Amino acid sequence: MLPIGTFLARAVQETDVPPVLPRTVAALSSWDGAGLPGDAAFAALADDLREARQRDQETGSGAIGRASARLNNDWPGFRSLLPATARRLATAQGDARQAVLAASPEWNSPAPWAAIRRAGGPVSDFHLLAVLDLKRDAGGHIAAAPPDQSIFRAVLWRTLWISVSATAIALLIGYPLAWLIATAPPRWAPWLLAGVLLPFWTSLIVRTAAWMVLLQREGVVNAALQSLRLTEGPLPLLFNRGAVLLAMVHILLPFMVLPIYASLKSLDWRLPRAALSLGASPARTFFRISLPLSLPGVGAGCLLVFIQALGFYVTPALLGGANDQMLSYFVGFYATRTVNWSMAAALSCLLLAAVAIVVGLYARLVGFEKTRTA
Amino acid sequence: MSTSRIALWAFGILALVFLLAPVVVILPLSFSAGSFLSYPLPGLSLRWYQDFFSSDFWLPALWNSLKLGAATAILASILGTLAAFGLWRARFPGRQAVMAVLMAPMVVPAIVVAVPLLLFFGPLGLTNSFTGLLLAHTVLGAPFVVTTVLAALAQFDPVQLRAAAACGANPARAFWRVCLPQITPGVAAGAVFAFAISLDEVVVVLFLAGPGQRTLPRQMFSGLNDSISLTVMAAAMVMVLLSCLLLLAVTLLRRGPQR
Amino acid sequence: MLRRNLGAALLLGTALLAGPALAQQRDLTIVSWGGAYQDAQREIFFRPFQQKSGTRLLEETWDGGVGVLRAKIQSGANNWDLVQVESEELLLGCEEGLFEKMDFSALGGADKFIAPAVSECGVGNILYSFVLAYDKARMQEGPQGWADFFDTKKFPGKRGLRRGPKTTLEIALLADGVAPGDVYKLLGTPEGVDRAFRKLDSIKSDLVWWERGSQPAQWLASGEVVMTDAYNGRISAANQNDGRNFGIAWKNNLFTLDSWVIMKGSPNKAQAVAYLNYWSQPDVAAKLPPMIPYGTTVRGADAKLTPAVLADLPTTPANAEGALQINDQFWLDNLDTLNQRFNNWVSR
Repeated sequence: MLPIGTFLARAVQETDVPPVLPRTVAALSSWDGAGLPGDAAFAALADDLREARQRDQETGSGAIGRASARLNNDWPGFRSLLPATARRLATAQGDARQAVLAASPEWNSPAPWAAIRRAGGPVSDFHLLAVLDLKRDAGGHIAAAPPDQSIFRAVLWRTLWISVSATAIALLIGYPLAWLIATAPPRWAPWLLAGVLLPFWTSLIVRTAAWMVLLQREGVVNAALQSLRLTEGPLPLLFNRGAVLLAMVHILLPFMVLPIYASLKSLDWRLPRAALSLGASPARTFFRISLPLSLPGVGAGCLLVFIQALGFYVTPALLGGANDQMLSYFVGFYATRTVNWSMAAALSCLLLAAVAIVVGLYARLVGFEKTRTA
Repeated sequence: MSTSRIALWAFGILALVFLLAPVVVILPLSFSAGSFLSYPLPGLSLRWYQDFFSSDFWLPALWNSLKLGAATAILASILGTLAAFGLWRARFPGRQAVMAVLMAPMVVPAIVVAVPLLLFFGPLGLTNSFTGLLLAHTVLGAPFVVTTVLAALAQFDPVQLRAAAACGANPARAFWRVCLPQITPGVAAGAVFAFAISLDEVVVVLFLAGPGQRTLPRQMFSGLNDSISLTVMAAAMVMVLLSCLLLLAVTLLRRGPQR
Repeated sequence: MLRRNLGAALLLGTALLAGPALAQQRDLTIVSWGGAYQDAQREIFFRPFQQKSGTRLLEETWDGGVGVLRAKIQSGANNWDLVQVESEELLLGCEEGLFEKMDFSALGGADKFIAPAVSECGVGNILYSFVLAYDKARMQEGPQGWADFFDTKKFPGKRGLRRGPKTTLEIALLADGVAPGDVYKLLGTPEGVDRAFRKLDSIKSDLVWWERGSQPAQWLASGEVVMTDAYNGRISAANQNDGRNFGIAWKNNLFTLDSWVIMKGSPNKAQAVAYLNYWSQPDVAAKLPPMIPYGTTVRGADAKLTPAVLADLPTTPANAEGALQINDQFWLDNLDTLNQRFNNWVSR
């Protein structure tokens, strides 16, 4: 809990800029924001950058890089401005104002200074807004981020859409299957149940691997289709949304079947039988009696499937293409491929919020007392 | 049998085929004498298993998986049993909150466990270590132990503890001698679950493990990413056999306590 | 009583399992690029080095990205020692202090290597090219150059490119008719970058992105793509080892070199240097090109190669003609910015 808490707190903390530019941030606190800041700010910037560069080279802490990445999200151009200024200042002599302006003329406008002040911390909503494709404009109002930087809303919808689809398909397949197992003759039921339990216990990576092998260009499915002369050439079955969804439904289906089975098993079958004998049609009996009575199982199954689907990482990573990746992938991406832990934290918050909302809704609508079956 | 009943059977069988077929279809590939991932097999051989057992990576990965799974099962069942017992005995305020925190790893996406642990363990020197992985997997496995043990405790009559206390046993001794023997099947089932969770887990290992701690699923993940050889299928076969053993263990444990 | 012992035994067991891991000093970890290349390295460098020195060596595979190295060092969770990096990662990482300084006196002097291989933090390892590859078994008349790569009418089907802005943007401009000498001048301007992305947009739905060096050859073999850019060595290795008949269009190939670096604070620095000393013996280094045709950086190694092997190397004049040398300085300044733009573009 503690590691997760401290990690999530990074989403609102400004941890990148203040350690690199402490004096600059302090000097800018008295600046009115119009026109250029005073000489003190220039001197502070020069001192801060010289010191930070030396520290970076000794320890590999990469602090300037992270600060410039953070500032670049606010004011594009910082990514090269800050490291280049630091590099050139290291050898420059004399008046700080002139040295900074000589290093890059871009310091001759208020915009980069304002960005530094906004990132001065200690807390801000910058990253939380960024994962919703929002940012604060110069006036401090929330506005949409430029379109070429807006990807996260699309990723969020994609994640939700894949999860909802997987849940719906699993329900459509899972309910009849659970019904069959619950109503099958005692001689058959254990075997049917074993057919669900066996995949349930089979490792996720094995089942993902199975789909990879089946769906490959020269894999089992394509070979079968071609030998049956159903298709001319091999179909591109892998690295697309369909493959991800198919494998996710396959992996999650037991989580749907088992709770529904449990609730159907404990259902009092005299009730539907009574309805039938009183003349209700089978369909009416099902929709008015059996289905409502099994709803706790359906709810639990949907909850289990949906929550797990939200957090899928391995399956989309192996079976999906570049635009089939879900929120989890981007958390990992920001944490290990670009060193942007604040973004990783903010995206984690988004993911957790989605999970919490679903769990909360469930608790509200169904309640947890009826669950805990499997 | 009515037509709707036949339709239900047909649909159910199809659904089971969908569940079982993918894994069943690919496993025989691992016995292929050739090197292609499709049928018909050019012949049967054990060369891919030979490859599995003689390579620099696969056998150590299997060993790492078993070691980690066993340690996780032990640690998670100790901590999980104690937590469950505490939750069951004490009706303290905030019990619900503690329960929620204990159960959280069941619903929190793996990546939201893995990345924070990476940053938290890094400065402590726990990344790239067996200990770090053990702690992480214990956190993931403990909720299952708590669940199974709470279920077992529901069958246990607390009056027996008072009787033990009346006979002069201190609470720890009472727990150890009176309660634990009766909930052992629950603890054992939880331990098997924890083992299975650890054996199945990829994401945390992906982020926390060094090359010296690679587990079998992690090695499979690399194999699938790099070049899918039939050795990966042999590894899949080994994983499936392990899963079957675990399923068997749980089934026997479930059957056991119904005295 | 028995039960109590059992409990104690369990605890003891856990402690025993956990104990050694805590105290353990990790083994030398070498990080390379997987697939046929790393298989070759294992056979001719890693295994013999282990046997000769008695040093245990662990292998890891990666597919580049300076962010990965930053994350390793800055999270405090670094577990890599010796890493093969690309040229711009070498410069960026050196500037940011991610690597130890390379002590050439411990390697037998800088003269042992060709001049481009010697730098502050790394020692050049292989010379290679990004080339346009296709499968002759499926296509008699293959593509001649990058312009054909973008011609989806003449060559219908999916094509592979390496995921990332480096090489991708250069290829887009080369295909758009820009001369190799002007590519980086143009990429230095916003208009040039827009032009490259526009060119890529024209075939975006036909592009698949590879990340691992082994993927292009696999995808060509399975017909997943009709053509792809690829490391030249992987293509030749597939022809040589897997009986493939892949073709290479050398025209305007992108030429560069990779280097070995030692990660900052590595506890296995001495072993890493020992490995570098082993590999950089001309006799040993010369074993690589026959297995996989990458040029060596060790002086005197090329003299031990046969003409047949030399013909496949990117350094051979016939192959090097019209090649574009990847500009490290450009990527040092622009990688992070363009990375971000590329990632947003590709995941939309």
